[in-house]
Amino acid sequence: MQINPIEQFEIHNLSPVLHVGGHEIAFTNSAAYMLTIVLVVSALFIGATARRAVIPGRLQSVAEMTYEFVANTLRSSAGNEGMKFFPFVFTLFMFVLFANLIGLIPYSFTVTSQLIITVALAFTVFFIVVGYGFWRHGFHFLNLFVPKGVPIYILPVIVAIEILSFLSRPISHSVRLFANMLAGHITLQVFAGFVIMLAGWGVIGWFGAALPLIMVVLLTALEVLVAVLQAYVFAILTCIYLNDAIHPGH
Amino acid sequence: MSDDARGQHGDDGNARTDEAALSARLKRLSERLARDQAGRASDGAGEDRATTASGYARGFRLSSELVAGVLVGGGIGWLIDHWLGIAPWGLIVFLLLGFAAGVLNVMRSAGVVPGNSLDGGAAKDRNS
Repeated sequence: MQINPIEQFEIHNLSPVLHVGGHEIAFTNSAAYMLTIVLVVSALFIGATARRAVIPGRLQSVAEMTYEFVANTLRSSAGNEGMKFFPFVFTLFMFVLFANLIGLIPYSFTVTSQLIITVALAFTVFFIVVGYGFWRHGFHFLNLFVPKGVPIYILPVIVAIEILSFLSRPISHSVRLFANMLAGHITLQVFAGFVIMLAGWGVIGWFGAALPLIMVVLLTALEVLVAVLQAYVFAILTCIYLNDAIHPGH
Repeated sequence: MSDDARGQHGDDGNARTDEAALSARLKRLSERLARDQAGRASDGAGEDRATTASGYARGFRLSSELVAGVLVGGGIGWLIDHWLGIAPWGLIVFLLLGFAAGVLNVMRSAGVVPGNSLDGGAAKDRNS
């Protein structure tokens, strides 16, 4: 058992390193977990929708409930027009959810605790919002930065603030997921480390070790909540940003 | 006779307390219904539901919004300084603007300002 709380985030190469155009490319444990997540989600939904019973079985109910949950979230924050983004939002939600949940299994690797992953996801959302906004509305998309009813003499400052606020979105979007996962896993690891260190002290240590052990159990429950909640928050923020691309003017 | 009177009185009292209890319960029920409905109405914002689900998540969300604003402002200011060579001025101006943007982000996600863009509530009004 590793005592170092940071060690769990290390990336190892699982394959020989290929040098392509000056970049090192290797199949890492992070890539392996991402592949696992995609396979698990795909298997779940292909398996769940194979029977297509009128009265859904357990697995089919899971698929239908997640579909309805994400669809309702998207409809309530981006409107019916937002449903064309449903595959994108659903994929994001399932990927983040399974990355968080699989990461909670002991000895596993948490993909979403890597900043580069969450930044890549957040920037994908950001560029889709900007690209779709300009494609759909042309320069009317820039109305997003011009609030109504603002006196002309402070308008430049307000527009600058609005633009900065818009640019800061992918950062808060990605850092929130990343930091939640990182902090949660470090806390778990530190308390688990206490258990091991105290248990090494003999009989007195065994009683002392019970306290951090209880904490680990409680924290694990909290982390399950955080994992689901952060996946939901990531999805709903995506919906809200997509709403801006669909209806920029107010 | 005296027993009878007491009985009568007791019944009366019971009836009155029953009525009072019933009206109190009704009042409580209507209060709770009103609260639920208000909650459901604001659910449309979606973001609200996500943030009230846990105070920890809410606090984290607000702080990350502020930090993101300041970071983006500072970063853009630094880049402008770097490119245009106007040493501290870009950083000063954009750090302040970034701070303002961060505060705006926080106020919007806390629902203090009826945001023109970040707030899902506006979307809901339009769609319903």
